[in-house]
Amino acid sequence: MASIRRHIFIDCDAQSVWKLVGAPERLHEWFPITATRVEGKTRWITLDSGITFEEDIFTLDHDLRRFQYSIVNNPLITSHRGTVDVIDDGRGGCLVMYGTDMEPEAFALPIGGAAGAGLQKLKVMFDRKK
Amino acid sequence: MGRKILFVTSDQQRYDALGCNGGAIARTPAMDALSAGGITYDRAHPQNVVCMPSRSTMLTGQHVSTHGVWMNGVPLPPDAPSIATDLRHAGYRTALIGKAHFEPLLDPFLRFTENRLGARGVFTELDEITHDPHRGFDHMELATHGAVGPLHYSQWMRRNHPEAIDGYYQVLDRELQVNAVGGGDTGAPQVRFNPINREWYHTDWVANQTIAWLGSLPDDADWFCWMSFPDPHHPWDPPQSELHRVRWQDLELPAGYISDAKVREAVLDDKLRHWRGWYDGTFVSNYEAPAHWVPATLTGDQVREVNALTHIENELIDEAISRVLSAVESRGWGNDLDVIYTTDHGEFQGDFGLLFKGPYHVDSLMRLPLIWRPALSAKVTPARVMAPVGLVSLAATFASIAGIPHPPHVEAPRLPFDDADAEALGHERVLTEWDSVLFGKVVHLRTICRDNWVCTAALPGTMNSAGEGELYDLNHDPLQHVNRWDDPAVRAIREDLLADLWDHLPKSVMPLRSMDAPV
Repeated sequence: MASIRRHIFIDCDAQSVWKLVGAPERLHEWFPITATRVEGKTRWITLDSGITFEEDIFTLDHDLRRFQYSIVNNPLITSHRGTVDVIDDGRGGCLVMYGTDMEPEAFALPIGGAAGAGLQKLKVMFDRKK
Repeated sequence: MGRKILFVTSDQQRYDALGCNGGAIARTPAMDALSAGGITYDRAHPQNVVCMPSRSTMLTGQHVSTHGVWMNGVPLPPDAPSIATDLRHAGYRTALIGKAHFEPLLDPFLRFTENRLGARGVFTELDEITHDPHRGFDHMELATHGAVGPLHYSQWMRRNHPEAIDGYYQVLDRELQVNAVGGGDTGAPQVRFNPINREWYHTDWVANQTIAWLGSLPDDADWFCWMSFPDPHHPWDPPQSELHRVRWQDLELPAGYISDAKVREAVLDDKLRHWRGWYDGTFVSNYEAPAHWVPATLTGDQVREVNALTHIENELIDEAISRVLSAVESRGWGNDLDVIYTTDHGEFQGDFGLLFKGPYHVDSLMRLPLIWRPALSAKVTPARVMAPVGLVSLAATFASIAGIPHPPHVEAPRLPFDDADAEALGHERVLTEWDSVLFGKVVHLRTICRDNWVCTAALPGTMNSAGEGELYDLNHDPLQHVNRWDDPAVRAIREDLLADLWDHLPKSVMPLRSMDAPV
């Protein structure tokens, strides 16, 4: 089982960042994918390469500001759990953490890389101008 | 008009692959002629022994710790220095045709430009940060091993010869690991009989596209063309029509292969512990070899077959180079053409009972073919250079040929014309770094080659501890079978080499940047 984690500190209050991160249908606004569709607790995302992933959403906790999902019905991915947390840093900013645990382990690396790019985009979108 | 630069690279090729370096199997007349008319480097090392870090060094003129591409899967930042950009700003037309690999190949999100260029069928993209063409190349037309993925060669195959794609070996398995499935006559991993027509194989495609790009240039253009062949890197699946060139049944086992398993294992046990871990299949530190293959199972016949196929691929590369040189000559550029030939790293090809590559700093992986055939108009005397040089000197060499100042980001002098020039330029040592951090398996090595010694210091990791290392006397132990790290008789040499190593390594970029793909 591969376990990866990416994080970023953003100079913006946690609730504002969560408003986007906690909206599963808006993933394409910050994550490097081209389209998102949500029906109930199922999400489909489409990558620039044309690949589509089907995902089960099993945690969307607006109080905890935690989102968890699994890639499902994929012949290559045998196990997956993704977790995104937006945590108030106590100083008016927040920490966004994106974790992925999955098998086969090699798949975790490109997902981690995309998560890193997504977190950087969140920072650009939300960081207060100095 | 200035001098034209044809930079030719292969991938994963040994020093002894070429006839001019003592190779006795593959016929390489084109490269032998370049050597005879130019400068041949007998102790050229990469700054890292896997593709992306080594290629990033070629492009930037920087050591790995400086450019930060410490492992395959770690992308070179888009705004990293590039000698192609420097040359382009000096008026050169620039192209890279074949294998680039400054960015991860495995890229389902299409985050990286190399993959996007192929997927979109275009040959350049302006960088958002630098406003230059990506990496400084006016034209990038890309290929890798096989015909899957988004790169230009794969798209060309899909359009023109889709029925031939499956003839290639499938490099990765369903887990995205390097495939361990065996083939050929002996069941060797990454071997397959490939029924593809030779004219469609990626070696000839790279040469054809290079000739086409050169044909698009005006007669008075100055140009820098990096022609980058994906072979003889695994998989070993050259066109089946060419297998008659070298029959594996006719080959001797290579000098570096130790037939007696007990002797072989004793040699491995004398090295840093990760060697034996990999041999036994208990410690896979990186993605450069099949995770589900145990090197200890490698047979002599499998070594012979892999070597035969490698020699065949080397012959095809040589013939492709010959065609490109003829095309250059026909344009009237022959007198002003500099050719530099090298590769990014070596390959075990059976040495120590191993295949592939990894954290193993010995000649199999570090001693590379490197030839500079200066333009005839430069009137440089042919020579062989014994002094240690690195691929880190390529960028400065290109700048020197083009007559532009030494770029400030470049960390090494140009390649020398001869050994006296090497001394004058300060080519006294060459450094190689290794860092792998893969789901809890950690190997860090720092190596210096100087005065015909190779000294590798292990940094703390999963299997090695600080204070451990390897020390080889290249004069008396050319196969590096005897690790003299703990030999009191050479303690002073070891300490001198280590002091020199720590003095000359660039400041490390820590923490290591993220690894965004397995390859």
